[in-house]
Amino acid sequence: MARHMTGAEMVVEALKDQGVEFVFGYPGGAVLPIYDAIFHQDNVRHILVRHEQGAAHAAEGYARSSGKVGVLLVTSGPGATNAITGLTDAMMDSIPLVCITGQVPTHLIGSDAFQECDTTGITRNCTKHNYLVRRIEDLPRILHEAFYIASAGRPGPVVVDIPKDVQFASGAYAVQKNIQHKTYHPQLKGDLERVRHAIEMMAAAKKPIFYTGGGVINSGPNASALLRELVRASGFPITSTLMGLGAYPASDTQWLGMLGMHGSFEANNAMHDCDLMICVGARFDDRITGRLDAFSPRSKKIHIDIDPSSINKNVKVDLGIVGDCAHVLEDMVRLWRTGSHRADQAALAKWWGAIDGWRARKSFGFRNSDKIIKPQHAVKRLYELTRGHDVYITTEVGQHQMWAAQHFAFEEPNRWMTSGGLGTMGYGLPAAVGVQLAHPKSLVIDIAGEASILMNMQEMSTAAQYRLPVKIFILNNQYMGMVRQWQELLHGGRYSESYTDSLPDFVKLAEAYGAHGIRCSDPTRLDGAIKEMIDTPKAVIFDCLVDQKENCFPMIPSGKAHNEMIMAELEDDAGIELENVIDEKGKMLV
Amino acid sequence: MMKTLTAPPSPYSSATIRSSIERHTLSVLVDNEPGVLARVVGLFSGRGYNIESLTVAEVAHEAQLSRITIVTSGTPEIIEQIRHQLERLVPIHAVKDLTLTVRAIERELAMIKVRGKGENRVEAMNLAEAFRAKVIDATVESFIFELTGAPQKIDDFVSLMRPIGLVEVSRTGVAAISRGQEPI
Repeated sequence: MARHMTGAEMVVEALKDQGVEFVFGYPGGAVLPIYDAIFHQDNVRHILVRHEQGAAHAAEGYARSSGKVGVLLVTSGPGATNAITGLTDAMMDSIPLVCITGQVPTHLIGSDAFQECDTTGITRNCTKHNYLVRRIEDLPRILHEAFYIASAGRPGPVVVDIPKDVQFASGAYAVQKNIQHKTYHPQLKGDLERVRHAIEMMAAAKKPIFYTGGGVINSGPNASALLRELVRASGFPITSTLMGLGAYPASDTQWLGMLGMHGSFEANNAMHDCDLMICVGARFDDRITGRLDAFSPRSKKIHIDIDPSSINKNVKVDLGIVGDCAHVLEDMVRLWRTGSHRADQAALAKWWGAIDGWRARKSFGFRNSDKIIKPQHAVKRLYELTRGHDVYITTEVGQHQMWAAQHFAFEEPNRWMTSGGLGTMGYGLPAAVGVQLAHPKSLVIDIAGEASILMNMQEMSTAAQYRLPVKIFILNNQYMGMVRQWQELLHGGRYSESYTDSLPDFVKLAEAYGAHGIRCSDPTRLDGAIKEMIDTPKAVIFDCLVDQKENCFPMIPSGKAHNEMIMAELEDDAGIELENVIDEKGKMLV
Repeated sequence: MMKTLTAPPSPYSSATIRSSIERHTLSVLVDNEPGVLARVVGLFSGRGYNIESLTVAEVAHEAQLSRITIVTSGTPEIIEQIRHQLERLVPIHAVKDLTLTVRAIERELAMIKVRGKGENRVEAMNLAEAFRAKVIDATVESFIFELTGAPQKIDDFVSLMRPIGLVEVSRTGVAAISRGQEPI
């Protein structure tokens, strides 16, 4: 039944009908009618961020930890442009967002009006889709369609740009369920013939490996459950991208750890030597493949992805299956079981023997110290001491992010929120705000670096306002650590601008934001300090002063193959050798 | 179908195999809504694909559909990628690779301005007749020819006009349709 209301009211009504709990936003001239509509209701809770980028990351954190669509509301002009980084981040990592932006009234569009920008023009390439709503009659359909587009198929951000006069205009609104979109119908079920073929290839494999990614997480908890079933039934080893951590439990013996540039020795070597690669919901990104013409040269490759453009994009595969991970995995599990397929046990045993040999290198190992806190040790202790808690981890971007991925073990999906594709410093704190709202009783920790955290530090004020007990665990080495590591590898150790002078006193900063501050530089006091952080019922900034010189290993240097990893031991021989590890061609890569 | 699935023994090709560059004509049926052309063009520039020619016009007023005909070039892998990337755009109904799937007819219209006196003028008229170009404007020292045909024919005509006194050319870009009774 259609009801009459203003455009602004339609926005709030549509959010309610979509089951939206939280809107992350920041008011401004061009969205005032929507804020007035928010004022008049209490179905949808508005979370006032301190910067629109924070709103986007918070919505991402909410979406990734809950599996729902994240929503943000920003004003025209600077409100929209500030949100761009978050939208691009969501685009790269396939996170479903709906971003509502205010726009100057339609008669002023194109006149360079105050706080006008071409929002749909600017966001066209960093969103899955966007709309400029010119007529009130279109608004109800577009609002609901936006949620459909954001979450259907490969998820992504959708912008709905609403001019102020459309917000004031009134029209008929009716709940729209089961949207029949005229063009956008992603294929969920995989072609059964191809799935059957995949099963035959699995049964014939001698050195197989599962390579999984964020698509499994995006496909929902059922996809993770089915993945576990298939991996266990087959007895194959499994590795995952940064984005896919948690889809398969890290404590399981078939788990090889993360792969890629800072992945484990065993995962990367197994990828290089395998004869069958089963890629589920990952996209052969350059951080994963290393040198393309030496990437897994002797394997047949199966690629399962909901996005047809992902298949054969970077790496040519033998068998592409377009479909949703959960749907395809369900068919695979069924066919594997009913066909009573069995992997070649003798070959598999030999394969595991090789893998155990690589495992014995203990590539995530590091030389611990009793004088100075090693960053890897800090993450390991954080993991050990938070076991048994209901933990969600977010990160910023850099060395700390890789150490977190290496040393924090995830048993379940949706527990790990990190900026993978775009690599956005400043992601972790606002994301933690979104995660904490979705899971108010859980322990939410942002594993951070001192440089990244300062990029969206203002969101501590948001955490304070909503009494969100997020924990910021800063691995403070006073350097932009990953930048410094690359300067060491590529630029003769000339640390151009990667040292941060005049850092704030993070303990005092915590107090300024009404949070609790902890500083620790003594390895013997680390456990106690971490426990203090866990037990503090409010937000905490933990300034963990770590070894300034530590680098992140193992590492596939730029332009090298999976089996050419450099290991932590190398570092003891000083930086001179490291400098020559990357050739001229590799230096051109990012 | 299985035949296409069992690829060569060492399947690794991707960037390492230097496939030859091919020229393909893509026919893209889209919703005629604001910004749809910008989406398509932005996709090509953003991902570094080539556009050799692009035409767009509404083809079904009631259904608000437009057809964009794009002539592009790239390796077969790139062309496949372009097709999938186009299909990802929400307002796109269908993408057909006319070069790959069906025998297609391609036509382009050009208007060619030629200046000259005396013998050159006669020569231009003779060549125009041979190419079945139509005179659509004339002064005592110039002609404008209208010529329709495959792009190569227009190229040929233009290069013949050059020594005679070519002033300028305006071309529509390629429109294409498949042969036979079935739609594209």
